[in-house]
Amino acid sequence: MAEPVLDLSRPTADEVKTTTCYMCACRCGIRVHLSDGRLRYIEGNRRHPVNRGVLCAKGSAGIMQQLAPSRLRAPLLRTGPRGSGEFRRISWDEALAIATDWLRSIRATDPRRLAFFTGRDQSQALTGFWAAQFGTPNYAAHGGFCSVNMAAAGLYTLGGSFWEFGEPDWERTRYLLLVGVAEDHDSNPIKRGLAELKARGAKIVSVNPVRTGYSAIADEWLPIRPGTDGLLILALIHELLRAGRIDASYLQRWTNAGWLVVDAPGEASDGLIARDAEGRPLVRDRARGIVVPFASGDAALHGRTTLPDGRHARPVLELVAERYLDAAYSPDAVAERTGLPAATIRRLAVEIAAAAFTDPPVLEQPWTDWTGQRHARVEGRPVAIHAMRGVAAHANGFQTCRALHLLQLLLGAVDVPGAWRFKLPHPKPIPPAPKPAGKAVQMAPGRPLAGMPLGYPTGPEDLLVDPDGTPRRLDKAFSWDAPLAVHGMLHTVIRNAVRGDPYPIDTLFLYMTNMAWNSAMSTAETIDLLTATDPTTGAYRIPRIIYSDAFHSEMVAYADLVLPDTTYLERWDCISLLDRPIGSPDAIQDAIRQPVLAPDRDVRPFQDVLIDLGHRLGLPAFTAADGGPRFPGGYPDYLQHHERRPGIGPLAGWRGAAGDKIGKGEPNPAQLERYRANGCFFSAPLAPEQRWMKHVNRDYLKLAAQIGLIDDAAPIVLQLYSEPLQRFRLAARGHGAVRPPASHRARIERFFDPLPFWYRPFDQELSGDAYPLHALTQRPMAMYHSWGGHNAWLRQLHAANRLHVHRATAARLGLADDDWVWIVGRLGRVRARIRLVEGVHPDTVWTWNAIGRRRGTAGLSGDAPEATEGFLLNHLIDDRLPATDGAEFANADPITGQAAWFDLLVRLEKAEARGPSPDWAPLPAPPGAAPPPRVLRHGAPARGGEFP
Amino acid sequence: MTSLPPTPPPRRLGLVIDLDTCVGCQACVVSCKQWNTGGHPAPLSDVEPYGREPSGAWLNRVHGYEVAPAGGGCGQTVYFPKSCLHCENAACVTVCPTGASYKRAADGIVLVDEAKCIGCGLCAWACPYGARELDPVEGVMKKCTLCIDRIYNETLPEEEREPACVASCPARARHFGDLADPASPAARLVAARGGFDLMPELGYRPTNKYLPPRPRRQGDEDPPRALPDVAGPGGLWGWVDRLLGG
Repeated sequence: MAEPVLDLSRPTADEVKTTTCYMCACRCGIRVHLSDGRLRYIEGNRRHPVNRGVLCAKGSAGIMQQLAPSRLRAPLLRTGPRGSGEFRRISWDEALAIATDWLRSIRATDPRRLAFFTGRDQSQALTGFWAAQFGTPNYAAHGGFCSVNMAAAGLYTLGGSFWEFGEPDWERTRYLLLVGVAEDHDSNPIKRGLAELKARGAKIVSVNPVRTGYSAIADEWLPIRPGTDGLLILALIHELLRAGRIDASYLQRWTNAGWLVVDAPGEASDGLIARDAEGRPLVRDRARGIVVPFASGDAALHGRTTLPDGRHARPVLELVAERYLDAAYSPDAVAERTGLPAATIRRLAVEIAAAAFTDPPVLEQPWTDWTGQRHARVEGRPVAIHAMRGVAAHANGFQTCRALHLLQLLLGAVDVPGAWRFKLPHPKPIPPAPKPAGKAVQMAPGRPLAGMPLGYPTGPEDLLVDPDGTPRRLDKAFSWDAPLAVHGMLHTVIRNAVRGDPYPIDTLFLYMTNMAWNSAMSTAETIDLLTATDPTTGAYRIPRIIYSDAFHSEMVAYADLVLPDTTYLERWDCISLLDRPIGSPDAIQDAIRQPVLAPDRDVRPFQDVLIDLGHRLGLPAFTAADGGPRFPGGYPDYLQHHERRPGIGPLAGWRGAAGDKIGKGEPNPAQLERYRANGCFFSAPLAPEQRWMKHVNRDYLKLAAQIGLIDDAAPIVLQLYSEPLQRFRLAARGHGAVRPPASHRARIERFFDPLPFWYRPFDQELSGDAYPLHALTQRPMAMYHSWGGHNAWLRQLHAANRLHVHRATAARLGLADDDWVWIVGRLGRVRARIRLVEGVHPDTVWTWNAIGRRRGTAGLSGDAPEATEGFLLNHLIDDRLPATDGAEFANADPITGQAAWFDLLVRLEKAEARGPSPDWAPLPAPPGAAPPPRVLRHGAPARGGEFP
Repeated sequence: MTSLPPTPPPRRLGLVIDLDTCVGCQACVVSCKQWNTGGHPAPLSDVEPYGREPSGAWLNRVHGYEVAPAGGGCGQTVYFPKSCLHCENAACVTVCPTGASYKRAADGIVLVDEAKCIGCGLCAWACPYGARELDPVEGVMKKCTLCIDRIYNETLPEEEREPACVASCPARARHFGDLADPASPAARLVAARGGFDLMPELGYRPTNKYLPPRPRRQGDEDPPRALPDVAGPGGLWGWVDRLLGG
């Protein structure tokens, strides 16, 4: 029988457009194939530096995001009670007039009464700037509940961080330690990197209570007890110090290991770095025995010294050794708490030392350090660490992450071959220079804020507190509650606003953050708070809520005014060096999104709306001299013409009138065209001599200063010992003009330790023996939080999350596979269905995050498994800790305010009934929503058929 | 019933799937769905896409298993991507009553001629690997085509002429090539890594090969290893000073 004749060379598309994916935060380059103006296919861009052609499941499902029935179709104004989901469709003119009316009076009287918070927002360079122009300090994105512990610990130690400000040297590392890494940032590069390591035979060790994903393919899986990673790391440090397996030369020359710490108990300078009159840190010169300013010379790393003024001081490394050589940090001492055998910890130390110091790779790459000394080569330390939420989302995460960086520094494994490397624009000064703005003198009605809302305090005088210690920000970031809350505290905003603590607000303005569901802790209570009223007046405690989202998420029903956003394929966007770029260790890079489709609904890109509102409100940066709009072309106009500082704008590539300048240069009206022509990204490689030891590399630092990545070319000395933390601690001891209130003193004294230490997270401590199981969530690789819930393909992969329980634990509790259980925590209980597994720490249960949905949302039918079998663990995670001694704190890291959602402890009880509990009333579809199709035949036109 | 090619195809195009690096991310699953719903077998329909039991036709699925090696050793989580293996003795072809299922004589790819398919499902019963799916709307059988409209598509640049699942895989766990040519990179990978057939005892001679997950470490050696205390006079500081020289 003859085979059919096939036409195998049909063109895949009429047109292919490049842009940047936004199905998660990874920022991969994509090529979108369009046929008859319809989406045919989305593939990874092989030329793109982030993904080099590969694309994950989420990215490949972009078509179904674009076709999701849950897309909002027009601006909405609430008509029924808040939370009823009753709206009427309004025009953009009306919507913008309402928003302008509400916001104008706030700005004219007390700009703080606007709280503007965004979610996984990649336009923070704009949204933060807009908040500052408006004049409110009450701005942040979602970092406070994401991974600020990771970012802050890195920026206060290395001037970069795990996550997106640095990455392992995938090409050369021989030993990779993954700590608390699930499907986290950044997804495709990690997968590519792991495959590369495996192909080379490098060892991958995963420290994680759950054996899925990356942990499944690791050579060794270490099921640690959640929240004890710091103990493991400090025990490894104990072992390395005990054996002297440290890089003394690296420490001496490129870190503050030799800096002298004043030893003057009770004095105001105790624990501060000894400095000369010009503020230069002092060290003791080994050869001459005298105290001199630090250069990269021959600093002593041990020995008590008398300073010229008679005070005593000791080098940082001596304090480090004294602390961690203590038996309290020995493997035997931490084994029980971590759940890892002492022998395993000792063996890990052997392996790490061998990988770091035995025949390390040496690159014959000359470079020049900041003092002008020429080095013929760069010696590698092929041990790399990557850590993520398993470390960050605990109330001890900042200090644990500092411990990880201390380990890297002792090994000399920062920005050398085989180690973790800085991704540009990092390294930054430690910490980066800007301070948070929001002091009384920095704001006034009708005026922009004198600075940006987020920044990096280096001492109590940088806090945003009133003289009596009252927080000046609504979320209490940068107050004594959380002095280094450098990403803000989105998770405290709603409760604080309802309580009027520290003050009431008028308008809560949210962008793409699902605060009535998976972006909130204590979700049930948060939903109540959003509708709370004043019993005397009946008015809502939060008088007005404006929300912008592209989809019908749970939060929509709680807004008074809904501004519908476009999808990521319908708008311009900017992946900016001023925000979170597509960094690389070897190149200056940023990227854009361009619209590849025109919206078929009455929706507008949120960034355009924000710029329009900025002009309507008369914000100076958005208003031209003649009173007209400064950026009549909206966001793309802004991207090309806005200058944050002279010559520096949102995009670094093709600046200058001729498009020939990098980083700094006058605006180029053809800039976006150049990006489009280059696949929507810009990449300029560093010269080979600039690529390593960037923190102290003269040629790199000069370049970075020249193109505006850093203010000047001063060396960035890595900080084992954190002096800013000690400054806060001294304030708690009664020194200085800005001191914590009595209720906060003990807390600041304890947690602001300038050297990393471990403590049991608060919620774990509180929960006690009644709740013996740790309960965690993780993100599935095919779903980004709740973003994929409305996606017809992705929900076929994950539509009903189970609670994963270890077989032995289930047997002990009399539970069988598929049983329904109550997950009981100190806050309440949630019903869920269990799945038995072996690849989990026996005292840990876990589920996929944000699969469970509220009925009626996301364009799903009321009987969708997301609502009938899925569940949300957030209901059990408290956003605060019970008050003690009159003070109540967020359930968060005491240093950064990071939400501690991995500290949850629960017990399981067999449930007789099935189905969701708690179970809310279904939400109606928004007006104008078309009924979801019963059948999808996407692609049928390819065979001459028709769309249904 | 339908015949296989009278002589073995000169080329045996297929996939080599690396179970050592597959992280179960489902990238291949969705890129396959995406390409093929508008490609040769278009469409791959979905039923109740926003309802109670969303389901649809997929040509490639990934399942996760927890494995406890016989005879003890370290338990593992293994992700197992499953699609048509383009068998040499393809029972799905020989069982087909209409001639719709066929194996190409030139390259061994097993395809369905939908014009002849009556949706009887016999091929799916015959396939021991569960690799065929009946399209719930079209009523015809759908299966992996190895992206035949990519690999031979002359409108695509040479480097893009590979199956969508291979192009998208972030962990580089999927490789495409001619398994009949021992010099092909795919065949060499199979030789080097001990690639194996799924259920060879059944005699279907699948073309696709799987590379085994490497054994994981469990526990510690006996005697246990530990770093020695720092050697020489002066303890840690004596050692540090010697490291620094001078």
